[in-house]
Amino acid sequence: MTLYAFIFYLLAIVILIATGLAVTRRQPIHAVLYLIVAFLSTAALFFMLGAPLLAAFIVIVYAGAIMVLVLFVIMLFQQSPKERRLLSEWGPATFLGIVFLAVAVAMVFKDPGSEIVLRGAVAQPRDFGRFLFDRYWLAVEIVSILLLVALVAIIHLSKRRDTEEIERCPSPHPSPPRDEGKGEGVSYQKEGHQ
Amino acid sequence: MIVPLGHVFVLAGLIFAMGLVCLVAHRNLIMTLIGVEVMMNAAAIAFVAAALRWQLMEGQAFVLFILAVSAAEISLGLMLVVSVYRRTGSIDPDRYDILKW
Repeated sequence: MTLYAFIFYLLAIVILIATGLAVTRRQPIHAVLYLIVAFLSTAALFFMLGAPLLAAFIVIVYAGAIMVLVLFVIMLFQQSPKERRLLSEWGPATFLGIVFLAVAVAMVFKDPGSEIVLRGAVAQPRDFGRFLFDRYWLAVEIVSILLLVALVAIIHLSKRRDTEEIERCPSPHPSPPRDEGKGEGVSYQKEGHQ
Repeated sequence: MIVPLGHVFVLAGLIFAMGLVCLVAHRNLIMTLIGVEVMMNAAAIAFVAAALRWQLMEGQAFVLFILAVSAAEISLGLMLVVSVYRRTGSIDPDRYDILKW
């Protein structure tokens, strides 16, 4: 077993344990912290598999931006979003996962190409960037438009929510009360002074 | 001379199965989104291993697009979770009954 193989199996064990702990937590904040470990190990794995630029992107985007976003959203909730019940769908879900895994492993090892040992190679970030903007520039532009659309959608959703809040709140210039009863008029005056 | 290709694919399959279990089993919308993230991570590992196997950079380019799509997906999903939490006061999908009438 070469040194690279040893590092690969070590990283695989770390990723599997961290992901397994993350998907079984009932407290989402613990799951996010375990998932950061899994993503950092994935970045190391990408670095070893010859993708240094993608390793940097995994650290920046996945472990940095997305997980911090999830953490902030968890902090937005007033009570802790812990699940009250234990997972009652645990059995069927595990069964589905095991069936999927058995089929996938059988398919992988039935293919004679799976025995081929990977040769080490590195896609330098400079070459990768040139390749990307040389041949897939249209896809890059489409992805940037996708991100822009997501941004606009998020702003629109949060903004419409704000206007609904304003509509539901008592307006600062209420229309005069329709019925002419005395009590109603007095209460309306009090509300106006508040 | 790292490892056989099949071992990397089995690792990706294991992570994908864990994400699937997380997606189906939890009654918490944030954990559901985390399951989707785990599944995308597994797909990215498989793509990078295939790129190394055939010595082509297309696999790595696809991982970049997976990253962008996953960022858009998680931000929109979290926005929807916050919106539905403000509306109903819960992030348990079993307790939503606005559409019931």
